Amino acid sequence: MRINLNIWRQAGPDKPGSFVAYVAEHVSPDMSFLEMLDVVNEGLIAKADDPIAFDSDCREGICGTCGFLINGLAHGPMRGTTVCQLHMRSFKDGDTLVLEPWRARAFPIVKDLVVDRSAFDRIIQAGGYTSINVGGARDANAILIGQSTAEQAMDSAACIGCGACVAACKNASAALFTSAKVSHLALLPQGQVERYGRVVKMVARHDAEGFGSCSNEGECEAVCPKEISITNIARMNREYLKATLLKGR
Amino acid sequence: MTLDSRTPSGPLAEKWDRHKFASKLVNPANRRKYTVIIVGTGLAGASAASSLGELGYNVKSFCIHDSPRRAHSIAAQGGINAAKNYQNDGDSVYRLFYDTIKGGDYRSREANVYRLAQLSVNIIDQCVAQGVPFAREYGGLLDNRSFGGAQVSRTFYARGQTGQQLLLGAYQSMMRQVERGTVAMFPNREMLDLVVAGGQARGIICRNLLTGALERHDGHAVLLCTGGYGTAYYLSTNAVNSNVTAAWRAHKRGAFFANPCYTQIHPTCIPVSGTHQSKLTLMSESLRNDGRVWVPKKQGDTRPPTQIPEDERDYYLERKYPSFGNLVPRDVASRNAKSVCDEGRGVGESGLAVYLDFSDAIKRLGREVIAARYGNLFDMYRKITDENPYELPMRIYPAIHYTMGGLWVDYNLMSNVPGLHVLGEANFSDHGANRLGASALMQGLADGYFVIPYTVANYLGGTQFPAVGIDHDAFREAESSVQARIDKLLAVKGHDTPRQLHRRLGQLLWDDVGMARDAAGLTKALAEIPRLRDEFWQNLSVPGDPNNLNKNLEYAGRVADYLEFAETLALDALHRTESCGGHFREESQTPDGEARRDDEHFSYVAAWEFKGVGVKPELHQEPLHFEYVKPTQRSYK
Repeated sequence: MRINLNIWRQAGPDKPGSFVAYVAEHVSPDMSFLEMLDVVNEGLIAKADDPIAFDSDCREGICGTCGFLINGLAHGPMRGTTVCQLHMRSFKDGDTLVLEPWRARAFPIVKDLVVDRSAFDRIIQAGGYTSINVGGARDANAILIGQSTAEQAMDSAACIGCGACVAACKNASAALFTSAKVSHLALLPQGQVERYGRVVKMVARHDAEGFGSCSNEGECEAVCPKEISITNIARMNREYLKATLLKGR
Repeated sequence: MTLDSRTPSGPLAEKWDRHKFASKLVNPANRRKYTVIIVGTGLAGASAASSLGELGYNVKSFCIHDSPRRAHSIAAQGGINAAKNYQNDGDSVYRLFYDTIKGGDYRSREANVYRLAQLSVNIIDQCVAQGVPFAREYGGLLDNRSFGGAQVSRTFYARGQTGQQLLLGAYQSMMRQVERGTVAMFPNREMLDLVVAGGQARGIICRNLLTGALERHDGHAVLLCTGGYGTAYYLSTNAVNSNVTAAWRAHKRGAFFANPCYTQIHPTCIPVSGTHQSKLTLMSESLRNDGRVWVPKKQGDTRPPTQIPEDERDYYLERKYPSFGNLVPRDVASRNAKSVCDEGRGVGESGLAVYLDFSDAIKRLGREVIAARYGNLFDMYRKITDENPYELPMRIYPAIHYTMGGLWVDYNLMSNVPGLHVLGEANFSDHGANRLGASALMQGLADGYFVIPYTVANYLGGTQFPAVGIDHDAFREAESSVQARIDKLLAVKGHDTPRQLHRRLGQLLWDDVGMARDAAGLTKALAEIPRLRDEFWQNLSVPGDPNNLNKNLEYAGRVADYLEFAETLALDALHRTESCGGHFREESQTPDGEARRDDEHFSYVAAWEFKGVGVKPELHQEPLHFEYVKPTQRSYK
């Protein structure tokens, strides 16, 4: 296959950027999308040109490092899939694809398709944990947790922190990311002690980082490679409301 | 030089308690005066950072990723072992200890392995308290499954994402300490040198991967939690950024590299499809609980699997190992897959694959049960291969997965360089010559949560620290040697990409230092590696700006290190003429083709001392003593 690429190139955070056209030749349908870009980069390096910067690590869809927009869709056209697990058989010979980095004020561009997602770490830092020191934990079976509760918590905890939800949102909101962690811990008995303090702190940090508000479009859920549901956002809102009502008690 | 493992005296079950009591402590008020540098944020690094931060040490944590949550521990699928005996099926600390030391083919230290088995139970408690959503039974108790090579159900799991959930638990605990100010996080940093001053590890030189700036960081102890070296083989199940650089550069500063030839080849990976391939994807071995492994009885049988009748299939693991069947340990399963393919009975286009078939399990349990157990793995397989494993058997083949070798450490997890501690996959200590499934997560977390808080205190509390700041000559010298190495990479200006050179090294290692090794192949590899290294330094191309994000420059530096490390790997494999665990020497096998150990000559840890690039390293031996278990020929028949 032959694929035409229009890729956003930007040398650094404060440098101007633009789309540059490339052609990927001899693309095999069994290649992953990133392997196709590897081949394009090999060609650039051989010509002593600066290769296209994009992030990736595990290449099996779990680390959350990779991600960019393909024709406006975060992680490309396949549902429930990170771009590293997207294969070229999803495209046709002669297709033209436009690749852009995640665009959000809270995710400044580092270079080309790489953005700075450290704001996500700071949201977790604000309260996305149970305050348990090593050493004092009681026996793991001392608290029973129903299977459906554990499964629901796992559904929320499956978030890989890739940032696609922010990229897809017209408000660049990180509500899906934040609510996934709020939900995971609010559902489990271990998360109860800090339940209301946590949601308030995490939402405050979310806003301070410059993410927008959620207006319930559902674009985030549609692109989420782990298919995290917007039910989490509803739960976060409920938790937040309860926390506000319970304030001072 | 004699290697002292500092194994405590006393009965096996009391060693760790006695050692903890004998260890020095650091007063809570003094802890913040000690700076501990932790490199890597996988299970070992993140758990060490959070537990040392909680204790009040001043922790500086470094990772090559944009966020500590991305470390490759996140990709572990299957589970984590613990001797909880929740299933009432005969498990105990002693049994987990015994299984692990036997699984490692009697090439690890009894005391270390016993401590690991003891601590396994605390890990599960800690993780549940953090909110790790392990699988549950209907009554609300934790669920367990049996996993690669164990006859009890002791594996805890969170779907096929156990590593992810455990890592996020450790990461969240660490971020809590970042918020409290005890841990300072330095993402996008690659450690490029260890600073040794006055005989002590006192800091690191790292490169800021976004700006290219070299940074000096000083401290009182350095903890390397930087993972294994499987990516030396180019194609592996490791993440593409995993590398040997931090460990190798520490080795060049004096830390001994132990047992590099112990590499684990995982039996159930998706086979290679072409030269463009950048990595191999693991299919969790939990699949072997319900899948049956087979190949056609006939050579060169190209019929589709569904058209091969039952009596023309060879379920070779069930045939050869009736008591363990498809659940034999990884090294045995991998070697058998290779031998049936070598016989010309491999399947798929390349002939380098075997079937892993779920049709019986689907008939017996129904599609829904199988989907609940393995749905995410089946989806992943389908995405990559475009084949539906509910209808067609999976095609699988072994791939490099984990490395049991690593920097030599004593019982305190300290290397022979005072102050340099090595945790998790980066050290060599607990898995011997072969790691059992679901034991890597256990070791990483045991090291970080429960071992290092005691042993690092013992080191800090019992050591005098002369004033060494970042202006010390040792820092200056280390930084200029790092700069010189980067300049050298940029100066080559050839035409080969680091990937091309890396792929060639990987092919060479896979062919000659792979699943089965012999003296001729290893000697050939030892001749070819230096030639390839020379080519690298003549033909490499690194375009772009060194003072900016330059992934190609990072990669080139790592490939340069693989090319030095590979020689020690091959040399270790050549010197160990016995077969043990993941190290199979063709010359040393039983009449029916199983690995044959040579306890008389090789019951020791081989720790190599760096003597210069291209110069033969010096071998130091740490003899292994077995007081409690009697090394026997492993048998899974």
